Amino acid sequence: MKIIGLVIAVLSGALLMYATVDFPAWGDPASPASTYLSPHFIEKSMEETSVPNIVTAVLADYRGYDTMYETTVIFSAGLACFILLRVFLREEPGERLYRHVLTGVTVRVEGAKLPLSDDFERIDAMWTPPDLIIKTVCRLLIPFIQLFALYVIAHGHHSPGGGFQGGVILGASIIVLAMSQDLRTAVRRMREKLDAILCAIGVLIYAGAGALCLLLGLNFLDYGALTPVLHCDAITARSHGILIVEIGVGVAVMCTMIWIYCNLSSMGKYDEGL
Amino acid sequence: MIWQLDLAVLTLVVIVAIGSLMVKDLLGAAILFGAYSFMMCVLWTVMGAVDVAFTEASVGAGVSTVFFVAAVFRTSRRTKD
Repeated sequence: MKIIGLVIAVLSGALLMYATVDFPAWGDPASPASTYLSPHFIEKSMEETSVPNIVTAVLADYRGYDTMYETTVIFSAGLACFILLRVFLREEPGERLYRHVLTGVTVRVEGAKLPLSDDFERIDAMWTPPDLIIKTVCRLLIPFIQLFALYVIAHGHHSPGGGFQGGVILGASIIVLAMSQDLRTAVRRMREKLDAILCAIGVLIYAGAGALCLLLGLNFLDYGALTPVLHCDAITARSHGILIVEIGVGVAVMCTMIWIYCNLSSMGKYDEGL
Repeated sequence: MIWQLDLAVLTLVVIVAIGSLMVKDLLGAAILFGAYSFMMCVLWTVMGAVDVAFTEASVGAGVSTVFFVAAVFRTSRRTKD
Protein backbone atom coordinates (compact mmCIF):
# COMPACT_ATOMS: atom_id res chain seq x y z
CA MET A 1 0.00 0.00 0.00
CA LYS A 2 2.85 2.32 0.89
CA ILE A 3 4.56 1.64 -2.43
CA ILE A 4 1.37 2.32 -4.40
CA GLY A 5 0.97 5.63 -2.58
CA LEU A 6 4.57 6.56 -3.29
CA VAL A 7 4.20 5.68 -6.99
CA ILE A 8 1.01 7.76 -7.27
CA ALA A 9 2.62 10.73 -5.50
CA VAL A 10 5.78 10.63 -7.64
CA LEU A 11 3.76 10.15 -10.82
CA SER A 12 1.41 13.07 -10.16
CA GLY A 13 4.37 15.21 -9.10
CA ALA A 14 6.17 14.39 -12.36
CA LEU A 15 3.01 15.18 -14.35
CA LEU A 16 2.68 18.55 -12.60
CA MET A 17 6.35 19.28 -13.33
CA TYR A 18 5.74 18.36 -16.96
CA ALA A 19 2.71 20.63 -17.12
CA THR A 20 4.68 23.65 -15.90
CA VAL A 21 6.67 23.56 -19.14
CA ASP A 22 3.57 24.87 -20.94
CA PHE A 23 3.29 27.86 -18.61
CA PRO A 24 4.53 31.22 -19.83
CA ALA A 25 7.89 32.24 -18.38
CA TRP A 26 7.86 34.16 -15.10
CA GLY A 27 7.23 37.85 -15.79
CA ASP A 28 6.78 37.21 -19.53
CA PRO A 29 5.21 40.36 -21.03
CA ALA A 30 3.61 38.31 -23.81
CA SER A 31 1.69 35.96 -21.50
CA PRO A 32 -2.13 36.21 -21.72
CA ALA A 33 -2.48 37.77 -18.25
CA SER A 34 0.08 40.47 -19.01
CA THR A 35 -1.33 41.52 -22.38
CA TYR A 36 -4.60 43.17 -21.36
CA LEU A 37 -5.57 42.52 -17.69
CA SER A 38 -2.42 43.55 -15.82
CA PRO A 39 -1.82 46.70 -17.88
CA HIS A 40 -5.44 47.72 -17.26
CA PHE A 41 -4.98 47.40 -13.49
CA ILE A 42 -1.58 49.11 -13.53
CA GLU A 43 -2.67 52.06 -15.68
CA LYS A 44 -6.29 52.56 -14.61
CA SER A 45 -6.48 51.63 -10.92
CA MET A 46 -5.24 55.03 -9.76
CA GLU A 47 -7.70 57.03 -11.83
CA GLU A 48 -10.60 54.63 -11.26
CA THR A 49 -10.26 54.08 -7.52
CA SER A 50 -7.60 56.60 -6.37
CA VAL A 51 -5.81 53.79 -4.50
CA PRO A 52 -2.01 53.79 -5.01
CA ASN A 53 -1.56 50.18 -3.88
CA ILE A 54 -2.82 48.16 -6.85
CA VAL A 55 -3.02 44.94 -4.84
CA THR A 56 -5.53 46.49 -2.44
CA ALA A 57 -7.51 47.94 -5.34
CA VAL A 58 -7.68 44.53 -7.04
CA LEU A 59 -8.54 42.62 -3.85
CA ALA A 60 -11.21 44.92 -2.47
CA ASP A 61 -12.66 46.51 -5.59
CA TYR A 62 -12.05 44.63 -8.83
CA ARG A 63 -12.24 41.29 -7.04
CA GLY A 64 -14.63 42.34 -4.28
CA TYR A 65 -16.74 39.17 -4.37
CA ASP A 66 -13.67 37.01 -3.97
CA THR A 67 -12.55 38.82 -0.83
CA MET A 68 -16.07 38.81 0.60
CA TYR A 69 -16.31 35.04 0.36
CA GLU A 70 -12.78 34.68 1.73
CA THR A 71 -13.95 36.58 4.79
CA THR A 72 -16.97 34.28 5.00
CA VAL A 73 -14.64 31.27 4.80
CA ILE A 74 -12.57 32.65 7.70
CA PHE A 75 -15.78 33.19 9.69
CA SER A 76 -16.90 29.64 8.93
CA ALA A 77 -13.53 28.32 10.09
CA GLY A 78 -13.98 30.03 13.45
CA LEU A 79 -17.54 28.72 13.69
CA ALA A 80 -16.45 25.17 12.83
CA CYS A 81 -13.73 25.30 15.49
CA PHE A 82 -16.28 26.52 18.01
CA ILE A 83 -18.84 23.84 17.19
CA LEU A 84 -16.24 21.05 17.21
CA LEU A 85 -14.34 21.98 20.35
CA ARG A 86 -16.52 24.03 22.68
CA VAL A 87 -17.62 22.16 25.79
CA PHE A 88 -21.04 23.38 26.83
CA LEU A 89 -21.80 20.99 29.70
CA ARG A 90 -19.00 20.65 32.12
CA GLU A 91 -18.84 19.21 35.55
CA GLU A 92 -17.59 21.61 38.16
CA PRO A 93 -14.43 20.36 39.81
CA GLY A 94 -14.80 19.28 43.44
CA GLU A 95 -12.07 21.62 44.54
CA ARG A 96 -10.74 24.87 43.26
CA LEU A 97 -7.43 26.58 43.74
CA TYR A 98 -7.25 30.25 44.58
CA ARG A 99 -4.23 32.42 45.08
CA HIS A 100 -4.02 35.44 47.30
CA VAL A 101 -2.52 38.07 45.04
CA LEU A 102 -0.72 40.10 47.71
CA THR A 103 0.92 37.31 49.65
CA GLY A 104 1.05 34.57 47.01
CA VAL A 105 -0.57 32.01 49.34
CA THR A 106 -2.49 29.29 47.51
CA VAL A 107 -5.83 28.29 49.00
CA ARG A 108 -7.70 25.11 48.18
CA VAL A 109 -11.48 25.35 48.44
CA GLU A 110 -13.69 22.28 48.36
CA GLY A 111 -17.34 22.28 47.38
CA ALA A 112 -19.05 25.59 46.77
CA LYS A 113 -17.27 28.77 45.77
CA LEU A 114 -16.01 30.99 48.52
CA PRO A 115 -17.35 34.53 48.51
CA LEU A 116 -13.90 35.68 47.50
CA SER A 117 -12.81 39.28 47.20
CA ASP A 118 -10.74 40.72 44.38
CA ASP A 119 -7.60 39.85 46.32
CA PHE A 120 -8.02 36.21 45.29
CA GLU A 121 -7.59 34.93 41.74
CA ARG A 122 -8.55 31.52 40.51
CA ILE A 123 -5.76 29.28 39.27
CA ASP A 124 -5.71 25.84 37.70
CA ALA A 125 -3.88 22.66 38.53
CA MET A 126 -1.90 22.89 35.28
CA TRP A 127 -1.22 26.55 35.86
CA THR A 128 2.35 27.76 35.98
CA PRO A 129 3.14 31.26 37.25
CA PRO A 130 3.80 33.67 34.35
CA ASP A 131 7.42 34.65 34.10
CA LEU A 132 8.06 38.24 35.16
CA ILE A 133 10.27 39.09 32.18
CA ILE A 134 7.89 37.63 29.60
CA LYS A 135 4.93 39.29 31.31
CA THR A 136 6.57 42.73 31.37
CA VAL A 137 7.93 42.56 27.83
CA CYS A 138 4.54 41.49 26.46
CA ARG A 139 2.76 44.20 28.43
CA LEU A 140 5.10 46.79 26.89
CA LEU A 141 4.89 45.35 23.39
CA ILE A 142 1.16 44.71 23.02
CA PRO A 143 0.09 48.40 22.60
CA PHE A 144 2.66 48.85 19.85
CA ILE A 145 1.58 45.65 18.13
CA GLN A 146 -2.01 46.87 18.16
CA LEU A 147 -1.04 50.32 16.93
CA PHE A 148 0.91 48.76 14.08
CA ALA A 149 -2.07 46.55 13.23
CA LEU A 150 -4.38 49.57 13.03
CA TYR A 151 -1.81 51.29 10.83
CA VAL A 152 -1.68 48.27 8.55
CA ILE A 153 -5.48 48.27 8.17
CA ALA A 154 -5.81 52.01 7.66
CA HIS A 155 -2.75 52.35 5.42
CA GLY A 156 -3.61 49.42 3.15
CA HIS A 157 -4.30 51.87 0.31
CA HIS A 158 -0.75 53.14 0.21
CA SER A 159 1.52 50.39 1.49
CA PRO A 160 1.42 46.59 1.68
CA GLY A 161 -1.18 45.34 4.07
CA GLY A 162 -4.90 45.58 4.53
CA GLY A 163 -7.70 43.96 6.45
CA PHE A 164 -6.39 40.41 6.52
CA GLN A 165 -2.89 41.16 7.72
CA GLY A 166 -3.95 43.88 10.13
CA GLY A 167 -6.70 41.68 11.54
CA VAL A 168 -4.29 38.80 12.07
CA ILE A 169 -1.82 41.08 13.89
CA LEU A 170 -4.61 42.49 16.07
CA GLY A 171 -5.72 38.97 16.94
CA ALA A 172 -2.12 37.96 17.60
CA SER A 173 -1.77 40.75 20.16
CA ILE A 174 -4.59 39.21 22.24
CA ILE A 175 -3.09 35.74 21.72
CA VAL A 176 0.25 37.06 23.02
CA LEU A 177 -1.58 38.38 26.08
CA ALA A 178 -3.18 34.96 26.60
CA MET A 179 0.17 33.22 26.30
CA SER A 180 2.15 35.60 28.50
CA GLN A 181 -0.43 35.74 31.33
CA ASP A 182 -3.18 33.16 31.09
CA LEU A 183 -6.26 32.59 29.01
CA ARG A 184 -8.61 33.96 31.63
CA THR A 185 -6.90 37.37 31.54
CA ALA A 186 -7.31 37.52 27.78
CA VAL A 187 -10.93 36.33 27.91
CA ARG A 188 -11.64 39.04 30.47
CA ARG A 189 -10.47 41.61 27.89
CA MET A 190 -12.21 39.92 24.98
CA ARG A 191 -15.31 38.01 26.07
CA GLU A 192 -16.34 34.96 24.12
CA LYS A 193 -19.77 36.31 23.30
CA LEU A 194 -18.36 39.66 22.13
CA ASP A 195 -15.85 37.75 20.08
CA ALA A 196 -18.52 35.73 18.29
CA ILE A 197 -20.76 38.75 17.72
CA LEU A 198 -17.91 40.91 16.38
CA CYS A 199 -16.88 38.07 14.09
CA ALA A 200 -20.31 38.10 12.48
CA ILE A 201 -20.43 41.90 12.46
CA GLY A 202 -17.19 42.01 10.44
CA VAL A 203 -18.74 39.90 7.70
CA LEU A 204 -21.91 41.96 7.97
CA ILE A 205 -19.98 45.23 7.45
CA TYR A 206 -18.57 43.85 4.22
CA ALA A 207 -21.83 42.42 2.91
CA GLY A 208 -23.72 45.44 4.22
CA ALA A 209 -21.50 47.86 2.32
CA GLY A 210 -22.21 45.79 -0.78
CA ALA A 211 -25.94 45.73 -0.12
CA LEU A 212 -25.95 49.48 0.48
CA CYS A 213 -24.52 49.98 -2.98
CA LEU A 214 -27.33 47.80 -4.33
CA LEU A 215 -29.92 49.88 -2.48
CA LEU A 216 -28.45 53.10 -3.84
CA GLY A 217 -29.01 51.92 -7.36
CA LEU A 218 -25.73 50.42 -8.58
CA ASN A 219 -24.34 46.88 -8.60
CA PHE A 220 -23.47 44.88 -5.49
CA LEU A 221 -20.10 46.08 -4.09
CA ASP A 222 -19.90 48.94 -6.61
CA TYR A 223 -18.66 51.53 -4.13
CA GLY A 224 -19.22 54.41 -6.53
CA ALA A 225 -22.84 54.30 -5.34
CA LEU A 226 -21.79 55.48 -1.88
CA THR A 227 -21.31 59.04 -3.19
CA PRO A 228 -24.45 60.54 -1.55
CA VAL A 229 -23.68 58.81 1.78
CA LEU A 230 -20.05 59.88 1.98
CA HIS A 231 -20.50 63.34 0.40
CA CYS A 232 -17.63 63.04 -2.07
CA ASP A 233 -17.12 62.27 -5.75
CA ALA A 234 -17.47 58.77 -7.10
CA ILE A 235 -13.74 57.99 -7.28
CA THR A 236 -13.05 59.05 -3.70
CA ALA A 237 -16.14 57.08 -2.68
CA ARG A 238 -14.51 53.98 -4.18
CA SER A 239 -11.40 54.60 -2.10
CA HIS A 240 -13.45 55.04 1.06
CA GLY A 241 -15.58 52.02 0.21
CA ILE A 242 -12.41 49.92 0.11
CA LEU A 243 -11.47 51.24 3.56
CA ILE A 244 -14.91 50.32 4.93
CA VAL A 245 -14.75 46.75 3.72
CA GLU A 246 -11.13 46.44 4.90
CA ILE A 247 -12.29 47.38 8.39
CA GLY A 248 -14.97 44.70 8.14
CA VAL A 249 -12.38 42.13 7.06
CA GLY A 250 -10.04 43.22 9.85
CA VAL A 251 -12.70 42.84 12.57
CA ALA A 252 -13.80 39.44 11.29
CA VAL A 253 -10.27 38.07 10.97
CA MET A 254 -9.16 39.41 14.38
CA CYS A 255 -12.08 37.80 16.20
CA THR A 256 -11.75 34.52 14.32
CA MET A 257 -8.08 34.21 15.29
CA ILE A 258 -8.84 34.83 18.96
CA TRP A 259 -11.85 32.50 18.84
CA ILE A 260 -9.90 29.64 17.28
CA TYR A 261 -7.02 30.10 19.71
CA CYS A 262 -9.25 30.13 22.79
CA ASN A 263 -11.12 27.00 21.75
CA LEU A 264 -7.96 25.20 20.69
CA SER A 265 -5.71 25.97 23.63
CA SER A 266 -8.28 25.28 26.35
CA MET A 267 -10.03 22.36 24.60
CA GLY A 268 -13.22 24.41 24.54
CA LYS A 269 -13.34 24.85 28.32
CA TYR A 270 -12.10 28.45 28.48
CA ASP A 271 -10.38 27.99 31.80
CA GLU A 272 -6.69 27.58 31.26
CA GLY A 273 -4.67 28.33 28.19
CA LEU A 274 -1.32 27.35 26.88
CA MET B 1 18.89 39.33 -4.68
CA ILE B 2 22.29 37.73 -5.11
CA TRP B 3 21.62 34.40 -6.76
CA GLN B 4 23.82 32.43 -4.34
CA LEU B 5 21.75 33.74 -1.44
CA ASP B 6 18.56 33.01 -3.36
CA LEU B 7 19.71 29.46 -3.97
CA ALA B 8 20.61 29.03 -0.30
CA VAL B 9 17.12 30.14 0.79
CA LEU B 10 15.48 27.89 -1.80
CA THR B 11 17.57 24.91 -0.65
CA LEU B 12 16.62 25.65 2.94
CA VAL B 13 12.93 25.72 1.97
CA VAL B 14 13.21 22.21 0.51
CA ILE B 15 15.21 20.90 3.48
CA VAL B 16 12.80 22.38 6.03
CA ALA B 17 9.77 21.08 4.11
CA ILE B 18 11.14 17.53 4.04
CA GLY B 19 12.27 17.85 7.65
CA SER B 20 8.82 18.91 8.87
CA LEU B 21 7.34 15.79 7.24
CA MET B 22 10.04 13.42 8.49
CA VAL B 23 10.50 14.56 12.09
CA LYS B 24 8.79 12.39 14.72
CA ASP B 25 8.36 15.14 17.30
CA LEU B 26 5.19 17.06 16.42
CA LEU B 27 6.30 20.22 18.23
CA GLY B 28 9.50 20.16 16.19
CA ALA B 29 7.42 19.71 13.05
CA ALA B 30 5.35 22.77 13.99
CA ILE B 31 8.49 24.86 14.50
CA LEU B 32 9.95 23.63 11.20
CA PHE B 33 6.69 24.56 9.52
CA GLY B 34 7.04 28.08 10.90
CA ALA B 35 10.59 28.22 9.58
CA TYR B 36 9.31 27.07 6.18
CA SER B 37 6.75 29.89 6.19
CA PHE B 38 9.44 32.40 7.05
CA MET B 39 11.70 31.22 4.23
CA MET B 40 8.77 31.44 1.81
CA CYS B 41 8.15 34.97 3.12
CA VAL B 42 11.74 35.88 2.24
CA LEU B 43 11.28 34.42 -1.24
CA TRP B 44 8.02 36.33 -1.82
CA THR B 45 9.77 39.55 -0.80
CA VAL B 46 12.60 38.86 -3.24
CA MET B 47 10.08 38.35 -6.03
CA GLY B 48 8.50 41.71 -5.22
CA ALA B 49 5.19 40.33 -3.91
CA VAL B 50 5.33 42.30 -0.66
CA ASP B 51 1.63 41.89 0.10
CA VAL B 52 1.83 38.12 -0.16
CA ALA B 53 5.00 38.14 1.94
CA PHE B 54 3.22 40.17 4.59
CA THR B 55 0.35 37.68 4.72
CA GLU B 56 2.78 34.78 4.85
CA ALA B 57 4.68 36.38 7.73
CA SER B 58 1.60 37.16 9.81
CA VAL B 59 -0.60 34.14 9.04
CA GLY B 60 1.88 31.43 8.06
CA ALA B 61 4.83 32.09 10.33
CA GLY B 62 2.88 33.80 13.12
CA VAL B 63 -0.61 32.68 13.97
CA SER B 64 -0.74 29.23 12.39
CA THR B 65 2.44 28.19 14.22
CA VAL B 66 0.76 29.22 17.48
CA PHE B 67 -2.30 27.17 16.51
CA PHE B 68 -0.10 24.14 15.81
CA VAL B 69 1.68 24.51 19.13
CA ALA B 70 -1.67 24.84 20.94
CA ALA B 71 -3.00 21.73 19.18
CA VAL B 72 0.16 19.76 20.05
CA PHE B 73 -0.09 20.96 23.66
CA ARG B 74 -3.61 19.59 23.93
CA THR B 75 -3.00 16.29 22.12
CA SER B 76 0.18 14.23 22.04
CA ARG B 77 3.65 15.31 21.17
CA ARG B 78 4.87 12.18 19.43
CA THR B 79 3.39 10.60 16.32
CA LYS B 80 2.47 6.94 16.26
CA ASP B 81 3.69 6.36 12.70
